[in-house]
Amino acid sequence: MPNFFDQNEDLKFSLRWLDLADVVALREDGFAESGEYDYAPVDLEDALDSYRRVLRLVGDISANFIEPRAEDVDIEEAQFKDGEVKYPKGTAEAIERLAAADLMGFTLPRKYGGLNMPTVTYGMAIEMVSRADAGLMTIFGLQNIAETINDFADEESKMEYLPKFAAGEVTGAMVLTEPDAGSDLQAVATSATPPAEGDDAGVWRINGVKRFITNGCGDVLLVLARSEHGTTDGRGLSLFLVEKGEGVRVRRIEEKLGIHGAPTCEIQFTNAPARLIGKRRRGLTTYVMSLMNGARVAIAAQALGIAEAAYRAALEFAREREQFGSAIIEFPAVYEMLTGMQTNIEAARALVCHASVITDLEHLLGRKVETLDRSAPEYSGLRAEHRDRAKLAGVLTPMSKLFACEMANQVTSDAIQVHGGSGYMRDYPVERHFRDARITSIYEGTTQLQVVGAVGAVLAGDLDGQFAQFKGRDYEKPLGTLAGKLERMLDRLHKCTAYVKKKNEREYTNLHARRIVELAADAYIGYLLLDQAKVKKEKQYTARNFILRAAARAEGNTKLVTSGDQTLPRRHKVMLGI
Amino acid sequence: MPYNIFVCAKQVPDTADITGEAMKADGTINRAALPAIFNPDDHNALELGLSLRDRYGGEVTVITMGPPRAADILRDSLQRGADGVVLLTDRGFAVADTLATSYTLAKAIERAGGADVVLCGRQAIDGDTAQIGPQLAGRLGIGQITYVTEVLSLGNGRVQARRLIQGGVETVEACLPVLMTVTSEANEPRPPRAKLLMKYKKAKAPSELARELATRKDLPAEDAERKLNDMQRQLAQAGLLIAEWDGASIGADMERCGYVGSPTRVMKVESALLKQANQKSVAPSDEGLQQLVHELTKDHILG
Repeated sequence: MPNFFDQNEDLKFSLRWLDLADVVALREDGFAESGEYDYAPVDLEDALDSYRRVLRLVGDISANFIEPRAEDVDIEEAQFKDGEVKYPKGTAEAIERLAAADLMGFTLPRKYGGLNMPTVTYGMAIEMVSRADAGLMTIFGLQNIAETINDFADEESKMEYLPKFAAGEVTGAMVLTEPDAGSDLQAVATSATPPAEGDDAGVWRINGVKRFITNGCGDVLLVLARSEHGTTDGRGLSLFLVEKGEGVRVRRIEEKLGIHGAPTCEIQFTNAPARLIGKRRRGLTTYVMSLMNGARVAIAAQALGIAEAAYRAALEFAREREQFGSAIIEFPAVYEMLTGMQTNIEAARALVCHASVITDLEHLLGRKVETLDRSAPEYSGLRAEHRDRAKLAGVLTPMSKLFACEMANQVTSDAIQVHGGSGYMRDYPVERHFRDARITSIYEGTTQLQVVGAVGAVLAGDLDGQFAQFKGRDYEKPLGTLAGKLERMLDRLHKCTAYVKKKNEREYTNLHARRIVELAADAYIGYLLLDQAKVKKEKQYTARNFILRAAARAEGNTKLVTSGDQTLPRRHKVMLGI
Repeated sequence: MPYNIFVCAKQVPDTADITGEAMKADGTINRAALPAIFNPDDHNALELGLSLRDRYGGEVTVITMGPPRAADILRDSLQRGADGVVLLTDRGFAVADTLATSYTLAKAIERAGGADVVLCGRQAIDGDTAQIGPQLAGRLGIGQITYVTEVLSLGNGRVQARRLIQGGVETVEACLPVLMTVTSEANEPRPPRAKLLMKYKKAKAPSELARELATRKDLPAEDAERKLNDMQRQLAQAGLLIAEWDGASIGADMERCGYVGSPTRVMKVESALLKQANQKSVAPSDEGLQQLVHELTKDHILG
């Protein structure tokens, strides 16, 4: 029987490669719950064993239940009729299946019915589900909506909603975007009216229109709305929980290029009753940022899954298809594409997994620091560690999304290329993967916004400590040569950052921001792959393939960044005829 | 009314991925070369049992006869939601044919106090006899419905079910208790539940514990005995001890079990080899397809 975990060597390897001891220790807090819940682990080994078993279960359901339905889901699409949204049959069945297997509360605490598993394992689960059916990810992969309720809502709300999420009885949606507030969420205009005086229940009322809401037909909506009337920026926004029903109307759903199983809704709120999550004014600045960061790692995992599906299809095709008297995989032009896919998928997986561990640590340390008394002996140490992890997570999250989603676009495009004309036809699944991948570099923040999210930290040298650590490790032959190349890439990175900082022109920096962030990401990934090659010898070829190409990109891009050329800032209007 | 449902399951070698090492020189199965799995049709029987319980109430008990490692499929059953499991294991049960196996299973079900519904997979992928179900019904003296694809209703001491027949399906009714053999068309077995997966991975049968301890040479026999008892008690307290019955505990006549109770003797096993001479290449073109269809029709494989 096919299994998307058991039969994916790199995914299994990733779980072995990552050092999860700290994450498990923080999550399980002395394995205190093992007495209370019969499925809680008693030690690290037990925990890791359980993770593997659960991932194998996800791999089984993905390969044998979800994937066989994906083509029909794509054709059937989510439907909108008489004011109701209807999932395609396969999507509805898959949600039911995943819920029946206890998989809808992956990271939630056990007391709400969750599995309390680390973010990195959830990412792996998302990857497998997305490999089977990319659109399904928007329901399975949005468990961080429940996670946000867990982090910021009051206990009463948690008790009311989280068990329903964990049981798969409800699904959620992040209701942020508006017609005039897309990338710029500070412009959100949907209004929230405070409870009338004497209203002890504290019911707020929401009015406005939201657009492009993935799974907007979900039961529990987290709505970003303007609670402070008269304000115009992000600090006037708060986060609200609205239940499907009174005052909530889906007006239409979009017709999209890909992820056809996922309904993308336009929602009208008319005096919809709502409850405030956490504190007023913190909606965008704290809660949505946290929600989005979780979602970004999830989308990176989705991109990985789609790329994996396309790569496997291309590999199989290239081995069977014969032209000019041999299988096309024998031709350099074809095997370079295929090894490029394999290398970049493994590179992205290394970065996404590593980033997930860092974000998990940041999250768990933050939670722990909050519960500690300031006078506790470990307080200052833990707080410093938390800040350190938070800084790193702040760069690695946008980098992961940027790299993985751009990679998925390239890989799915190359997968069609390997198929030739057949790949352009609906007879093969790669055209679907190509369409599905396209959204990943757009939603939850475009690639260009990920650059904005990361460039400040890269220029400020937030990664320098980590790079110094990487550099300080011993790399034996043949990895030493590659480590040398990475050091030269870091030199180039410093050359670029020093150049734009000295130039100190905002427009020039923004123009080259992506090149700088990608250079930093390439170097970071290069070191992760070297680390993997130390653990598993065969990985040296992947590391080499990646680093040689990354070094060549670095050389060209450094020339461009340090050229000082002003053609585009000064002449783009002439060139565009405007 | 809650129903007492028994599911008979078997651990079998996985025949889906056969290699050259699958058969030993003497023609018997080389079990070491093939992974052991839950017999596929038995998963369908278990799923039917669980869904009947979910619809009508009751308890599902899965029973298997085999060596201690057959406890694997009992753990799998618990992880999918079975209420109880029984491992029937005894050296005297080994190398049983269907006659001896059905006798042993019947004694076990009788010892358990009988069942309202007994479910078996249609057949096992190793022997492919499809005899256990019908024989077991005979031994228990209850009615049987074979090749079941769907249970339409259960109640008032009766069951209505659809069964596959040549060229169609028929709907039949039987009195309880009843034995049904279940086909793979009946359902798509539910997956394990993640929480039960984590819980029951620790479930063990006493003979598995004994084997684990036997590998520890450092323990004196006396200590090993005590340790075994301790481990059993701990597992039992956590609800993780798999019930295990041997010949004596089900009151079986050992002359009717296992090898001695099996009149079947394998005279000869032949290995069928497809030779190159039996192969034909068909060009991937319209003409090739037509030729293929023609060949298949001529051989009465199609039409």
